[in-house]
Amino acid sequence: MFGTIANLRIGEKAFIEKLCLDKIPLKLLEMGCLPGIEVQLIQVAPMNDPLYIKVNGSHLAIRKETAEKITVVK
Amino acid sequence: MSVDNVVKVALIGNPNTGKTSLFNQLTGLKQKVGNYPGITVEKKQGKCKLSDSVYAEVTDLPGTYSINPTSLDETLVLDTLLNEKNETYPDVIVVVVDIENIKRNLLLFTQLKDLKIPTILVVNMVDQMKRKGINIDIEQLEEKLNTKIVLASARKKIGIEELKEAILNYKSLSKTPVGNISNKIDKEYFSKLRDAFPEFPLYKSWLLITQQTEFEFLTQSQKQLVVKFRENLECIKRYQHKETIFRYQIINDVLKETFNVDKSKATDLRGVLDRILTHKIFGYVIFALILLFIFQGIFDWATYPMDLIDTAFASLSSWTKSVMPQGMFTDLIAEGVIPGIGGVIIFIPQIAILFTFISILEETGYMSRVVFLMDKIMRKFGMSGKSVIPLISGTACAIPAIMASRNIGSWKERLITILVVPFTTCSARLPVYAILIALIIPDKKVFGFLNLQGLTMMAMYLLGFAAAIVSSVLLHNVLKVKSKSLFVIEMPNYKIPSIKNIFYEVVEKTKAFVFGAGKIILALSIVLWFLASNGPSTFKNAEKTVVANVENTNLEQEELQKKIASYKLEHSYIGYMGKTIEPAIKPMGYDWKIGIALISSFAAREVFVGALATIYNVDSDDENTGTIKERMAAEINPDTGKKRFDFPTGMSLLIFYAFAMQCIGTLAIVKRETNSWMWPMLQLVGMGILAYVSAVITFNIFS
Repeated sequence: MFGTIANLRIGEKAFIEKLCLDKIPLKLLEMGCLPGIEVQLIQVAPMNDPLYIKVNGSHLAIRKETAEKITVVK
Repeated sequence: MSVDNVVKVALIGNPNTGKTSLFNQLTGLKQKVGNYPGITVEKKQGKCKLSDSVYAEVTDLPGTYSINPTSLDETLVLDTLLNEKNETYPDVIVVVVDIENIKRNLLLFTQLKDLKIPTILVVNMVDQMKRKGINIDIEQLEEKLNTKIVLASARKKIGIEELKEAILNYKSLSKTPVGNISNKIDKEYFSKLRDAFPEFPLYKSWLLITQQTEFEFLTQSQKQLVVKFRENLECIKRYQHKETIFRYQIINDVLKETFNVDKSKATDLRGVLDRILTHKIFGYVIFALILLFIFQGIFDWATYPMDLIDTAFASLSSWTKSVMPQGMFTDLIAEGVIPGIGGVIIFIPQIAILFTFISILEETGYMSRVVFLMDKIMRKFGMSGKSVIPLISGTACAIPAIMASRNIGSWKERLITILVVPFTTCSARLPVYAILIALIIPDKKVFGFLNLQGLTMMAMYLLGFAAAIVSSVLLHNVLKVKSKSLFVIEMPNYKIPSIKNIFYEVVEKTKAFVFGAGKIILALSIVLWFLASNGPSTFKNAEKTVVANVENTNLEQEELQKKIASYKLEHSYIGYMGKTIEPAIKPMGYDWKIGIALISSFAAREVFVGALATIYNVDSDDENTGTIKERMAAEINPDTGKKRFDFPTGMSLLIFYAFAMQCIGTLAIVKRETNSWMWPMLQLVGMGILAYVSAVITFNIFS
């Protein structure tokens, strides 16, 4: 099943699909958000934004608008 | 010691890797903090003895996730490493990684390795290894990464000696990069690049063309080549992405064979704490309680040392007068210099307490949770979750707070944060508030434990935040600035704060304040004293005039002296200045004496108390040795016969100082950070008008 990180439920895991590199800032890649890597949604802030994810051993918080640009495969 | 015996060391690492702890362990108190020329990034350097004849000069570079900078602080890391003429260009790089985040931390390491500078890898926090079930094969890792590895725990002083030994022998370190990235990306492209800059290592040339900044150290022809390569921006971006992906591939391959974590041993303390601290209700409640605790703490605890300092300087002043021969010089010392220094020293308790709290919140990792919790709310106001840190730091001093806004990704969010930070109650406002509140609010407890004065202080803080938020919303809707937002923050693991790190941080920040702002305060106090104790001809004839006026009345000697003193002040230079602006400030409820304090606190608001101290000191007779507060409380308004600092005037002053932009230092830093005079001028004028109008309204409501 396809979706974006923003569609995950809390605690749910998925794999990052091949990223559309133009839309993703380099910094996110450098922090470990890479294609083929498992990502887990850990927590959602009040008002559903930002999202707290675990990816590649890193714990990161990203905004929903960024999360919507990262497609994942469950 | 000859220059040959100095090893220049650059300490680099991701944020939250314990880099600062390591720096403190290496250098102890032999640190100095300066500024890099031209920019206001703090430059932390320290000395460390390696052997009898060799010492290391260690530079603690700002924490960064990658060598590709996204902020001014990170640009500095790049500049230090690319410019061989830079005075901090290292002989050896020490890369600090956190064993728990080794994968992500190694990205920066592999980038640095490509620069072909001798590099040591410090794997930090190894004392956590057992507890977290981590196994690491050092020998194999050293071989695969072509580096010397030191296992360390900076907090527990493990591995420090071994690191010193490794630095001492830096010449024997390997300069071979990890893997050959350029071949994997595009062999042809990179061989062209290599031919264009044969004098540089390939990766250095790559960095030169991928950044947007201009590198001053390049020759004219090199600069032209850089511009030519940068033309194909699309291609560069694609290759940068590829580079990162390949680097992670290499790191994953290396770690697969050398590093493993036994997950069954991991405890989920982090998860539990996260669920509580970022909970949609408890999260905010806990944050509010922490803030309340901080503010009560500042007001309650700090008053004891502050009262002590105040009394001590008052008695020092009168003691000086009694032992030194009478005259101009004694007056300068006793009425100008000593109260001036006292006005600086009195800040120390509050600043120290505030910075202690702020650094505890940062050290524990809690601050990132606050950012996470507040981002959506702050965005509604036009700021970012990251604006919370500047706004809280702003309660200590706006200058470092504005510098702390650098990591806000979006320019618009950052600009708004910079513009509204001066509304937060900085420590320079504290003494002004403290003295006014003590004068107009009764010292009572409500609900048995909350101090009424403390609550008023908290209300002033809230007022500052409210002003910041309201003006932020306003700016958000008015400002038409286009900017892309980038918001990625790391949520570090929770840590018990290191007392040593907090101590150094507090000492450093307090020192910076005392010597930075202190100079202005002291200088202004002396100027003020001079203006108050000199004047035109009416001033010189003060004694005669007063004696002639009271000739037929039967005045006590003491009364007469008082009359002469206040006549003198009124006819001094500063008295005339105060009188000149009196019509303008009368609507706010102030007289010319408060006017003097307003004029003198134009450049720095904290001068207010010192100015009043000087004014009332000059004004009073020599035997009066009360504290500033006592003297202010005794002051009578001749128009009404009531106390000068009554409720309406006090409230009006509180409001004025809450809103007015009285800080030259902040204006200067805003100019530097926004690269324009427009924004600081907007602050000065906008906040000034707001302060005046609100103070007039306040005075009229309460009178």
